[in-house]
Amino acid sequence: MTMDLALVFMAVMGASVLAYVVLDGYDLGVGMLMPAASEEQQSTMVASIGPFWDANETWLVLGIGVLLAAFPKAHGVVMGALYMPVVAMLVGLMLRGVAFELRIKALGWHRELWNWLFWAGSFGASFWQGVMLGRYITGFASGFGYWLFAFVVGASLCGGYVLLGATWLVYKTEGELQRKARAWSRWGLLWVAFGVALVSLATPLVSETVRAKWFDFPRTLWVMVLPLATGVAWLALWRATRYNTPSRRDWLAYVLAVAIFTLAFLGLAYSLFPYVVIDRLTIWEAAAHPSALRAIFVGAAIVVPFIVAYTILSYRIFSGKADKKLYD
Amino acid sequence: MEDSLLLARAQFGLNIGFHILFPALTIALAWYLAAFRIAYERTRDPRWLATYTMWVKIFALTFAVGVVTGVTMSFQFGTNWPGYMNHVGAIAGPLLSYEVLTAFFLEATFLGIMLFGGKRVPDWLHVLSTILVAIGTTLSAFWILALNSWMHTPTGQVLQDGQWIAGDWMRVIFNPSFPWRFTHMMLASILTGSFVLAGLSAWRLLKANDELARRTLRIGLLTAAICVPVQVWVGDQHGLNTLEHQPAKIAAMEALWHTESGMPLVLFAIPNEKERRNDYAVEVPYAGSLILKHDPHGTVRGLDEFEPDRPPVGPLFFAFRAMVGIGLAMLAVSWIGAWATRRGKVPPRWMLWGLSGFTFAGWAATLCGWVVTEVGRQPWLVTGLLRTKDAVGAASGAELGASITSYAITYSLLFFAYMVVLTHMAGKGAGE
Repeated sequence: MTMDLALVFMAVMGASVLAYVVLDGYDLGVGMLMPAASEEQQSTMVASIGPFWDANETWLVLGIGVLLAAFPKAHGVVMGALYMPVVAMLVGLMLRGVAFELRIKALGWHRELWNWLFWAGSFGASFWQGVMLGRYITGFASGFGYWLFAFVVGASLCGGYVLLGATWLVYKTEGELQRKARAWSRWGLLWVAFGVALVSLATPLVSETVRAKWFDFPRTLWVMVLPLATGVAWLALWRATRYNTPSRRDWLAYVLAVAIFTLAFLGLAYSLFPYVVIDRLTIWEAAAHPSALRAIFVGAAIVVPFIVAYTILSYRIFSGKADKKLYD
Repeated sequence: MEDSLLLARAQFGLNIGFHILFPALTIALAWYLAAFRIAYERTRDPRWLATYTMWVKIFALTFAVGVVTGVTMSFQFGTNWPGYMNHVGAIAGPLLSYEVLTAFFLEATFLGIMLFGGKRVPDWLHVLSTILVAIGTTLSAFWILALNSWMHTPTGQVLQDGQWIAGDWMRVIFNPSFPWRFTHMMLASILTGSFVLAGLSAWRLLKANDELARRTLRIGLLTAAICVPVQVWVGDQHGLNTLEHQPAKIAAMEALWHTESGMPLVLFAIPNEKERRNDYAVEVPYAGSLILKHDPHGTVRGLDEFEPDRPPVGPLFFAFRAMVGIGLAMLAVSWIGAWATRRGKVPPRWMLWGLSGFTFAGWAATLCGWVVTEVGRQPWLVTGLLRTKDAVGAASGAELGASITSYAITYSLLFFAYMVVLTHMAGKGAGE
């Protein structure tokens, strides 16, 4: 039996995008939370993401790289349709990535400026990624309503990243900042509940394909597991951020936030499959030549285990509470 | 249509031209850092550690700009050149994927350990991380230059179902221009890094008689003094390789409008595209044939043999002369500098000013070189297989204009800030 490589690469691309969202999501979220913290707390916050953000961003390059290499026809359609949101998102990512390095080396009002650009870049990148997602879900349909939908998704993704960032800080910090992070987590949770509910209800309305997927008895009963599990994870996270006392399971909040993201992602994947561009291109229609898929598959099969291994190594080395003197 | 092709090219050129500056510097700096770190490991001389600590900060900043501008590149292929992936995606896709998989994750992850893990990991792992980052930067250059070289001199591909796929991967990767292009670019990186090392050290020495800066000045100048002559030779070989595989590019570089035996070397001229001749030419008789054919009466094919598929003459002619000119100046500066720093001597102030002025000579030469080779490939995107105009996307003039403006503003801000911080850090030196 030959392997369905298009399906395999759909999974690889999905996994990369999910890895990007939950990993870069926390450092973008921390960036957005910066103005809410004191100067000393800001140093700790930046230190909590310093060793990781670079590698986190690489998952985006991998996700886009797989789209480009394995589904070239879709890459052209998607990137062409998302032209301006992509530019806006990239400008955000550039500003924040460089602001990271520059804010530490700058003094006085220069530092203030880079702090501001760090916040604005994180916020802009998150918002425009959400807009890209919103446009993507609706198949880039034109019209005021569709753009409004995309902007709502953009705002919701900001809430999601704030949740990831806040729960990451619960794990990486202690004392006053950790207490603040718990409160931020709850704001993020409310924001996410609103956003996820809105997007889940709106998506079947704007897309007939998605509607057919979710209202197809008796399968509907099975896929209802996804929203139910999301609800359970949401409640558990609300509980996990309840007490203002330090616990030995600081990591739990972040893991639950990742669970919420993973479930939402699976719901989305279920809605879209087997389309890579909804109603236009299936993964098989968009797939690259089999020889290309085979070549990438061989390389990925050899290299990805190493990537996973040294990524785990890096997280182990920098485990525990963040050291605010990291950049000194 | 013509306009949006030009805008798409301008935008891509702006992005890739800005991006290349930073990897060109980080590849060499990564190896310098590995050397400093190993030297400290072997000698336990705290001065090596201080040097490492100072330059690793400059490296981190440069690397960050390289990463964020590189992320932009991964989107640009699809936004600007969707036809590229449709026609040669089966070859470009795997090579780009290999770059992400083998290089990007490696450098990004171990950079974290290299920058922040000094006190958390055993010495051997810190040394290893530094070396792995250097290997990562080099692997990245390997894959992207393999793809770029294949676009210049494609071999190993076969046409199947309307698209080009790899028939033989070894021939695709090790295509005829790849060995010379890769060596030429690696040396360009080493020279860029060496002049930055020497130039910023000279800048520091203008402010204080800093022992560490004296040492890095010497290291940068000596490395450059050895590598510039090698680069001159490699550049010549790369040129002969181009003459064999892309003769139209050479004809445009030399502004050779008609096939000639005993071709002169044009030192300066204003190429006249309309009348296909050179105005105000200053020439050395027979020297062109001597250089290109190693025979004063050798025949070199002119642009008239390639019409209309030939690159524009002006950009190639001037960019090539600028590159060679900067290269020769770098040769003189590195040799004089190496002489002036012998046996621990500090060069006089005027020379330190001169060396500081040459800090970014490598960048200038690298950019000129890339203009020569990339504009020289036109009108092809992949020589003989795919024309640039057949790959361009449907982005409107307004979208392209708005995006070029956004990128230009962002890059200006980044570049300005980068320069301010770099000179500030270099001026402070390693000791303080």
